[in-house]
Amino acid sequence: MKIHEYQAKAILAKFGVTVPRGEVVTKKDEARAVAERLGTPVTVVKAQIHAGGRGKGGGVKIAKSPEEAASLAEHMLGMNLVTAQTGPEGRIVRRVLVEEGLDIQREIYLSVLVDRAVGAPVFMASAAGGMEIEEVAHKHPEQILRETIHAETGFQPYHARKLAFGLGLSAELAHAAVPFMAALYRAFVETDSSLLEINPCVVTGDGRLIALDAKINFDDNALYRHPEYKDLRDLDEETPLEVEASKYKLNYIKLDGTIACMVNGAGLAMATMDIIKLSGGNPANFLDVGGDASEERVKNAFRILISDPNVKAVFINVFGGILRCDMLASGIVSAAKELRIAVPIVVRMEGTNVSEGQEILRNSGLNFAVADGMKDGAEKAVKLAGGAR
Amino acid sequence: MSILVNSKTRVLVQGLTGREGSFHSQQMIDYGTKIVAGVTPGKGGTKLLGVPVFNTVAEAARKTGATVAVAFVPPAFAADGILEAIDAGLELAICIAEGVPVLDMLRVAAELKNSKTRLIGPNCPGIISPGQCKLGIMPGSIHKRGHVGVVSRSGTLTYEAVGQLSKLGIGQSTCVGIGGDPIVGTQFLDVIKLFNEDPDTHAIVMIGEIGGNNEEIAADYIKKHVKKPVVGFIAGQTAPPGRRMGHAGAIISGGKGTAKEKYAAMRAAGIHTVQSPAEIGETMARVLGKAKSRSKARKSAASSKKKAKRK
Repeated sequence: MKIHEYQAKAILAKFGVTVPRGEVVTKKDEARAVAERLGTPVTVVKAQIHAGGRGKGGGVKIAKSPEEAASLAEHMLGMNLVTAQTGPEGRIVRRVLVEEGLDIQREIYLSVLVDRAVGAPVFMASAAGGMEIEEVAHKHPEQILRETIHAETGFQPYHARKLAFGLGLSAELAHAAVPFMAALYRAFVETDSSLLEINPCVVTGDGRLIALDAKINFDDNALYRHPEYKDLRDLDEETPLEVEASKYKLNYIKLDGTIACMVNGAGLAMATMDIIKLSGGNPANFLDVGGDASEERVKNAFRILISDPNVKAVFINVFGGILRCDMLASGIVSAAKELRIAVPIVVRMEGTNVSEGQEILRNSGLNFAVADGMKDGAEKAVKLAGGAR
Repeated sequence: MSILVNSKTRVLVQGLTGREGSFHSQQMIDYGTKIVAGVTPGKGGTKLLGVPVFNTVAEAARKTGATVAVAFVPPAFAADGILEAIDAGLELAICIAEGVPVLDMLRVAAELKNSKTRLIGPNCPGIISPGQCKLGIMPGSIHKRGHVGVVSRSGTLTYEAVGQLSKLGIGQSTCVGIGGDPIVGTQFLDVIKLFNEDPDTHAIVMIGEIGGNNEEIAADYIKKHVKKPVVGFIAGQTAPPGRRMGHAGAIISGGKGTAKEKYAAMRAAGIHTVQSPAEIGETMARVLGKAKSRSKARKSAASSKKKAKRK
């Protein structure tokens, strides 16, 4: 789960990480008031969306007076911000963060994430603050420092010293980096995050380390331990159909093709998208209905699939194991009848009770195209959706 | 022969008395798996499905000689269950649960390094040596005993591949679902090594997906050490970057973990790659056909040499 910068900073502040003073606002006048309260010669107005690259897209601006902060906020609020990470459609800005301006001497990069290959958390640092870490990894891999943290002993002061001296920070700053980095690590662990990134972390003229930006992604699997994070979710940042699907615990991702897919299992669902593409079509979505696709689940899934106006055909690809094909077929039939689905439906079933399932589809009086194998199913769906492009 | 589990494997089920645990245990027993104990804290001393239930894994293992645990416990209790299996000194622990917090798995991973236990999963269908032992939730009926080892990060996509193989008359030595999470106990490399050493496995199917670089690591090993033919597929060729495709581990992040990179690594390793998930079985059939005609040719060449010597 992603959260906004201002939310991430509020969490980090609780763990003792120094962040700039500031407040989030939704109105022009509030922006002016915040800038006045901060009282610094300059303030910074930052658009709050769940995507990076905001600076280049015009979502981060410096104001030299409270009046300018107000007018910048007015301009940003409601604007469609397009960045490298939003895609061409952009995101509507609904909130801006107004923060104190700082005397920035130096920018560095810090992050904590899970190293999949090693099976341990890793603390990363780079002298190239403000740059995207992927770009640094590509162009200057030697500039990235990594400290693997052992699960039993956790983050130690020496980790921070190695990173800080490695970045070429002064002895005084290295000393200050110890509690700063320890607080970041503690925040990562205690919030069950999958990624915590400070880019940039700045060194100020008066020798302080401050998290100028902050990104936290929570581990979705651990959200049950943090019921308080539910309020941090911003549904405006998500695709409406995906929000709807999440209510029924359906794993749905909207794509821009014309063939809707309903599949059991994530791997098979991805492979189904792949074979649609190989057959000359384009998948409209990823959907894993899971192992216990009850009639209710199938119905909800169907409803979401066909509310995508681009959809011209539905391809159901199920390998029944625990999920019995006859049960699935009944679910499909009753959903198709109740929802009066007008687009053609291709069904490919395999596994437990497959012949009973096909019998139910045949006797339903509805026009299903029954496929023999994945390839046949994908080809039929592409044809019914109007042919290969 | 097979890897990791066979007809002699003695199994205990963590969460035997739960809804899922009892359902799948019945299926496993029907398949012929030797389930010798169940563990449900507080239900020790009872029996279910003819299997004695114990309060702790340690007691169950001690009293029944079980060396392998399969856990049907909710994700919130999965790490505790695995750690208990490690503590009891079991050889193998299989965790089916989907949705285990990644930080829990990091604690488990650290503990695994200092133990003799191997973990398979979490978020996996389990492991099956067809005709001998089924440990997990896969449908036993689609499998056929034979000599192809299958290893995959997916559940149903593995069934798809196995179904294709069996339909073509190609049996499997062992099929391992290693799981779709970013942190899993056993990775491709581990299973590939075991298949490579197993005389009963003659060829390998490897089914990867986007995210991480475990396919690349395994491909590198295959390039250097594996002579057995390998057929490879990667799911997620059309997946958009930055999105989690169902599996917690299936995500392209920072332009890394793409299907393209993985295919390139596989091809460089001499793996027979397939772009279409519908062609895994037939590709293996073709590869085995070639291997067979080659080995026949080798055999006949060898025997004619022998004959020549005798003369």
